[in-house]
This record gives sequence, C-alpha cells and structure tokens, in this order.
Amino acid sequence: MNEFHAELVRERSGRARLILCGAFLLLIGSFFRVQVVEHERFRLRAESNRLRPVPMTAARGIIYDRHGAIIAETVPGYSVALLASREDSLRSVLARFGRLVPLDSGDVDEVIERFREARYQPAQVLGNASLNDVSRLEEHRAELPGLVVQSEPRRTYPKGRAVAHLVGYVGEVNEGDLKVDRFPGASLGVLVGRSGLEQTYDDSLRGVPGLRYIEVDARGRLVREEGAAPPLLPTAGTPIRTTIDLPLQIYIDSIWPPGVRGAMVAMTPTGEVRAFYSAPAYDPNEFIGGISSAQWKALNTDPAFPLLDRVVQVRYPPASPFKLALAAMALRRGLIDLHTHMPEPCRGSYQYGNRSFKCWKKTGHGSLDLEGAIAQSCDVYFYQLGLRLGLNAILQDGVLLGFKEKSGIDIPNEVTPIFPASTAYYDRVYGPRNWSSAVILNLAIGQGENTQTLINMVRFYAGLSSGGKSPTPYLVRPSGAEPHDLGLSQAQLESIRTALIAVLEKGGTASASNSKDLVVGGKTGTAQNPHGKDHGWFIGFAPADHPQIIVGGVMEFALHGTVVAPYVVRAIRRYLLGPADSGKTSIRLLVPDEIPAGGGENSPESVPVDTGSAANTPDTAQ
Amino acid sequence: MRDLGPDRPLIALSVLLTVFGLLILYSAGQTDVPSIALGVWKRQAVWALVGMVAAAIVFRLSPRLLEWLAPVAYGGALLLLLITLVIGKGAGTAQSSKSWIVIAGHPIGQPAELAKLAVVLMLARYLGSRREAAQSLRDLVPACVIAGVPFLLVMKQPDLGSALVFIGILFAMLFWSGVRWTWLFLLASPVASLLLAFSTATWAAYMVVLFVLLLIWRPYVYEAVAIYVINSVMGAIALPIWHKLAPYQQNRLLTFLNPEVDPQKAGYHAIQSKVAIGAGGWFGNGYLHGPQKRLAFLPEQHTDFVFSVVGEELGFFGVLLAMSLFLALFLVMLRIARRATDPFGSLLVFGIMGLLFTHVFENMGMTVNLMPITGIPLPFFSYGGSFHIATWICIGLTLRVAWEARLSGYADV
Repeated sequence: MNEFHAELVRERSGRARLILCGAFLLLIGSFFRVQVVEHERFRLRAESNRLRPVPMTAARGIIYDRHGAIIAETVPGYSVALLASREDSLRSVLARFGRLVPLDSGDVDEVIERFREARYQPAQVLGNASLNDVSRLEEHRAELPGLVVQSEPRRTYPKGRAVAHLVGYVGEVNEGDLKVDRFPGASLGVLVGRSGLEQTYDDSLRGVPGLRYIEVDARGRLVREEGAAPPLLPTAGTPIRTTIDLPLQIYIDSIWPPGVRGAMVAMTPTGEVRAFYSAPAYDPNEFIGGISSAQWKALNTDPAFPLLDRVVQVRYPPASPFKLALAAMALRRGLIDLHTHMPEPCRGSYQYGNRSFKCWKKTGHGSLDLEGAIAQSCDVYFYQLGLRLGLNAILQDGVLLGFKEKSGIDIPNEVTPIFPASTAYYDRVYGPRNWSSAVILNLAIGQGENTQTLINMVRFYAGLSSGGKSPTPYLVRPSGAEPHDLGLSQAQLESIRTALIAVLEKGGTASASNSKDLVVGGKTGTAQNPHGKDHGWFIGFAPADHPQIIVGGVMEFALHGTVVAPYVVRAIRRYLLGPADSGKTSIRLLVPDEIPAGGGENSPESVPVDTGSAANTPDTAQ
Repeated sequence: MRDLGPDRPLIALSVLLTVFGLLILYSAGQTDVPSIALGVWKRQAVWALVGMVAAAIVFRLSPRLLEWLAPVAYGGALLLLLITLVIGKGAGTAQSSKSWIVIAGHPIGQPAELAKLAVVLMLARYLGSRREAAQSLRDLVPACVIAGVPFLLVMKQPDLGSALVFIGILFAMLFWSGVRWTWLFLLASPVASLLLAFSTATWAAYMVVLFVLLLIWRPYVYEAVAIYVINSVMGAIALPIWHKLAPYQQNRLLTFLNPEVDPQKAGYHAIQSKVAIGAGGWFGNGYLHGPQKRLAFLPEQHTDFVFSVVGEELGFFGVLLAMSLFLALFLVMLRIARRATDPFGSLLVFGIMGLLFTHVFENMGMTVNLMPITGIPLPFFSYGGSFHIATWICIGLTLRVAWEARLSGYADV
C-alpha cells in the first residue's frame, strides 16, 4: 500500500490543516488574553516600569496679620534632584555636581541617604537653589545625567526673627513622623510645620502635593522630563489670617534689649493675641530647603536656647503679679474688700511661728488697705491675707482661676503650669509631716510651688482688667472654650483696676513707666532665681478705665519688674497711639547692668522648706 | 491556460513576511538609549538578498539531485556539528552556548541551522524511499536515529531551542509519511512520562492509562513491553535528572510555570515581553513608538523577542496580521506538499513546514508565556544571517517542488 496515494495524502492534509489552524487559534487566544483581556494590567505595569513619580510641592498657605500684612508667604524657588540607578553612579555625578555648586560631605551623605530611602525617585540635592546655581547646572546638564530641576514654591518669612516663635518653622516629614502618623496625609519629604502657627494650622496651610512623571529606561536612567504623562497639579494651601498686629510685633522686636532672654505677649480682652514674641529668636528662613546640620546643632547647643518659646514653654515663678490672684480669691469669697486693713501693719517683715518673713521694703509700708498693698506690692499684707484664706482655699481657688491648666492658645507644645491641686501635693513631695502651713506665705507672694507661663498670667490679667472673664487666647480661631469666670463683681473689678493703676500712677512700683496722656494699669514682679539674677515681670493694660490691650513681659535675669515695665508700656503705647507716639516717649530705660545688685523687690530670708525644686528656674518644655 | 511559473502566492507571502520583518527590525533599533539593534536591519536586508539568491540557486537544483545529495548534506552537517562542539564559540544572543563556528575571530554561522535542513532532506529521502508504511514501532527507529543524532549533538552545545526543532521535524515527517497517530503518541510517551513524574499521583494515573491504551492499540507484545518499561524508567529518573540540571536551567523551567518567582533574573524576559505585548492592546502604541522597546525594558528586542515589538507597537491587529501571513504560508506549503509529484518532494516540503512551524509556534508562544523560553528565532523577523538564509533556502526548495508538480500536471489536485 502506497502511503502517498492521493486519497491518503488528501486525508492527512486535512488533518494537518486542522492541526495548523488549531495551533494558530491557540496562539491567537493567548495573545488575545494578554493584549485585550489583561491589557489594563499590563498597561499599568508598563507605566510603572518607565514612569517615576516626582512630587510637586504645594505652595503653603500665606499667613497674614489682622490687617492683611504678610507674616509668611510662598515665593517661586527651585529644587534640584538627581535620579540615579546605582549608588556609585550617584556618587560620581555628585562629585561633578560639587565642582559646579559646592556641597559639603554632610550634604553628600544626606543625598545618599535619601537615595537609599527611595531608589526609584529623584534624590533631592538642593531644596532651595538660587537661579544662579540652577543656570550653571543647566549649562552642564550633559555631564549630569539624571539632573532634575523643578520649580518649587519656597516658604519665606519677610520679618524673619521678629516672628520666629509665632510662625515656627517648616521641615520635611521623616520616617519617624510616618511611623507615628504625626502628619496624616503627608508623605515622606513633604514640608510640614514643625513649630508655631505652621504646626498648629499645618492641615490647612499644607495643601495637597501634586505629582508629575519623568520617564526612565530599563536601567533607571532619566530619558524624558517633560510630557511623559499628564501631571497631577498640586493644590495650594489655604491662607490664614491671624489676630497678630504685625507692626506691634516688629516694634517689640525692635525695642527688645539685645542679648536679653524673655518674652512678651499682647492680647485683647477677648483673647485675640496681638503680639507673640520670644527672645532670643532664630531665623525661620534658615530652615527652608533643609537646615544644615551645623546650623541645627548650633541652635540646639546655644546656651540661650533660641528654639525655646518663652511665651508658652517656660514656667517662671509668677511672683508679685500673683498677689492679684490672692486678692481675687479673697474678694470673691467676701473675706475682705478693697479697704480692708490687715491686723498687723508692715514693719519690714512678718513673724510667723519662729520664722521671720521679709517684705521687700526693709523700712516697712505701715498699715495699708488692699488697694495700697497692691500698689505698693506689700508682702506683709499678702502674707496675712494668705493666712486668712488658708491653704485649701488658695489651692482650690487657684485651680478654679486657671492656674493649673494650659491657657489653650493655638500654639503647639504649651507646657502646663505647676500648681498644687490640693495639700496632697505637699504630702507627696515633702512627706506628710515635713511641711508646714508656712508654705502659704510663699504662695501668697507668687513663690513656692507655683510656676506659670507668661501666656497663662496674661490670660488671668485679661480677665482681671476687663469683664472678669479670662478668655482663651488665640491667634487664628477662637478655641470655643468658655472663658474662666473669675467670680468677681463689676465693683470689685473696678476697684482692682484702680489699685493696678496706682502701681504706675501714685508712686507705685512702676510709676516711672507711666505718662500723662495714656493711663496704664499693671503689676510688676520679681521672681527669685537661686541660679542667678532674679527674673523681672510686668503685666500691664490700657486704657486703664476700659482696657483694650493687655501686655505681659518677662525678662530673665532682669533683677526687677521695673526693668520690664517700660518695654511693656512702650508696646502698649505703640499699639494704642500708633507709630507717631513711640519715638517721643520719655521713659527712662534701665538695662540690666544698671540695676544695683540686691535690689530685689522681695527676698524673704527664710524659706519654709528646701524648695530647691524647679520652682525658680525656667522650666523648659520637654 | 496553465501557469508554469513559480508558485506566486508562496513568493508573495515570503516577500511580505520579509518586508514586515525588516520593518519591525528597523523599529527594534529605534530606542531612546542607543542599543546594538540600531543598524541591524540593514545587515538583515543584505541577508535577505543573499537568502533570495540562495533560494534562486536551490530552485535550479533538481529534486533528484537533492535526494541523491541528501546523505552528503546530512553527513556534512553532522561533521560541522561535531567540529562546532570542539571549536564552537558563543556569539550574538547565544553567548553561553557553543553554537557558532568562528574562523579567525569572525563568527561564520550556526551549523545547527544547516543541520535542520539536512535532517529534513535525509528524512525525506529515507521515508520517501520506503514503499510501505511502518508496520511496527521498530520500523520508526531509523528515522528516530536520523533526527536523534543531530538532536543530541545540538543538545550538547547546549542549544535546547534548536534541538527541539529536530523533534518537531521528526514528528511532522513521520506523520506525513503515514505513521498512525497512535504510534506517534507512543513514541512521545516517554517524554510525557518524564514531565508527569513530578507528581507521583498523576504519573501513576498516566501509567494506568498507558497500559490500557497499549491493550487497545495492540502493538507487538515486545514493543508494548519496551514502551512500558521505557516509560517506567523515565518516570524513575525524572527527579535525578532534575537535580542534575544547572540552577539556571531549573529556573527557566520554573519561571515558565510562574515568571514571578524570579522577576529580576530568570523571569525577567518572560515578564517584560508579556508587559510589552499586553500594553499594546488592540491597536498598539504605534509603529516605532513602543515605550517598553524604546526604553530597553524589552530584552533581545531584535532577535528572540522581536515579535514582542509587533505586539507592543501594532497591537493585537498587528499580531493577527503576522499570524495570518504565517498561517497562509503554511497552508500554501501544505498544498504544495499535497500536490508534490513524488514522496521525496512531498516529504521535503512538509518537513520544511514542520521546521518553520516549530520555530513560529515556539517563538510566538514564549513571548506570551505559552511556551517555555528557549532561544529560538522567528522566521523572517529575528535578526540572524544563518537562519534567514536557511529560511529562504527552504522557500527555494519549496518553490522547486511546486514547480515540478505544475510541470507534471498535478496542479489541479
């Protein structure tokens, strides 16, 4: 039988055709599955192969003062990054880069670190490049494969140091932040507020970053920067308007004595903060584009702690300004009125048990009523008033008046004041039998186990000098919390104001600070500081009959409150009378060195127990 | 009026495929990063011309002469393969295997391409000369030896892809010579046993089925025993063989099952090829505009994976077009084989078709992970001198067989 008989061949040919067609159908089916059914999956895969997302920074929202002047804004800038496939190629490009734009070895290490964190994204080299640098780099683009230059909105603070603690500064989100989700919605490298208003209102200021895509080849080399895929444009942050009076803020910065540490804060009776100043300051502009490690180290090791916000992060003994708290407690309990005299007149000291407690005036004040005692800041009067109130009442009312809680201002990292909630505090700290009611005498003059932040004291005075309600201070949005009702009648408030005016008017402790055309009320204070010279306080308000502004200032090592008073008064005048007035003030300004040694306002000889605790030194936050 | 010229559809399809291939090869060189593929289309065009001249020359050769010369060609091919094993070098895309003859530093060619053709000739002569179909499995042994010797020599290079082509040719020609498909199955059964042995249960079931089939199909008893024993042995040695394979060979087989086990190395080609083809969609990214190719994600885009460029740039329709051309070519060849005047010519053409089909199916299949990846070129598309010339020689031989048939008046069949 011949296998190549035509019939057999035709039969086999038919089978072969079937096999052929079957095989091609199988191929077509496979391609159909890959190209049509799974097209979308492979298209995405191809895009992730070749497209590298590059974040586009959103412009942070502008921060305005109450009149629309700019405190913080965003201007055009450039960032420069390098895309590399391997670390050694990145290093060699960086070496060539360094010949065009100087980089120190720390910068190089930082770039390598960024590269290791995200290999498929361009590693930022300069966060804040000048147009000059950018054009030099662009000229040598051929020698710098993977160079990505991007216009980047740059944060800038036109008034720099004057607003440092108010606005804070910005920094990139790092791995640590991501772990604890400190900035929800922000990804690695995005600029976020790390202090001040920038931090509190970061959510609205930040905006939403965009994305653009650059095209790379199989070895991760940059091929195309533009037009590889449509970008997702960033959304700028929302601007915020603050209650700050920028001219006042700048004025305070300009009159602040150089080298002096301290703080000043100005507030309206409703809690709107008009000025928020802490010294020494730093320049928030230095943080833009990443602060260099040397600068950061310098800021952190500076003995003056420039990063410390002395308005909300440092607790000082409230000293004499606290006497008004005591007066308020006694008045609201109806124990005394403004004309009540204490049993013992002031003879320069007060005998309690077997100890003698001094008044700041060695010759004594004689017999004073409350108004006189406030004006003269007589310690002996308040020792007795404290004893009349009793420890429990002082502690109970102190908590009620808000001395044990934060002011609630919309600035981050405010520290909580130290104030004992009850006598249990003393039992815990000293042991149940190791303290006596002599602690009352210390508390009565604002010393002892009581340290307050400047903002909290100013808040108390805002209530005291106006409607009797201590508002929650705010810079942007009111907290909505009910103000602290001091529980005083209008008549009582009126008489307290009168007494405070006397501080400056009728030969009171700060009378040199007052001037005829504007009546300023206020209270000086000198906080004992066993580690050095005493700290000075002054909290003032004006106009005295109907206060519109309350300003508090504290200067470390100023020796006496009268040193601070002129600065506060000048700030008040600048705010109420405008710039024309500030130049011709006749206040004699004392600088710390002119104060004779030992000129402290009160320096009780004996302290009830060893209170070498944190009471007298500024307690720093964290 | 009878047309006595060469077969026009065959010429037309071959030229179309050659032009299509050159266009794609040109595109393969158009990358954003300079690659070696940049100018290869020009050299390929020269090879195409050389191939066409070669085709014209073999067209002049009488099938009788070819039949007479087949043993010489076969012997020469075996000799070249032996020489290659001794002095062979890696070159081009086959760096790791000793498949090239290199003289004075110049790669001359890959003898395996020639050997494929020689095996077709030799099998055509052997199978065509037999007056009767195989009566027993033992009758298949000589044919298996003819294909098996070059198969083993090429495996030794090692060039698995080319070696597989010999198997494709053998089965195609045995089928065309009238061997029953049940026997072809039994012939292939040891390989099936080898592959199934990795799952003991499956293998056991397979052996039971094989036993039943042997009872039904009733080959000679000793043959049935031999088949069964060989199957058992294959099953037994499967695992030892696996462990003797080099890790890269194991990886290749494993990544065929799942490319994602090693996406950066062994699975890289399979994945990137599929990504390029899949991203092409219905109509592709446009000629010259495939990003995967342009940005060098697609490996070997001018040789083994040239068809992925078709998929990426011309989409599913481009793929369909190329496949239609190939299918048409094979159907034309099938017609020529059917109408051939003598068994030698018929077997020759069918063997050529088997050769080219194995290449096309394996190459296209591996670009979408239908087949495991073996370095095997796509006729008319992949860059490579030896194979392109060999392909055109195949066309020349087929044209001659077609022409003979027309002269003899078989054209109407």
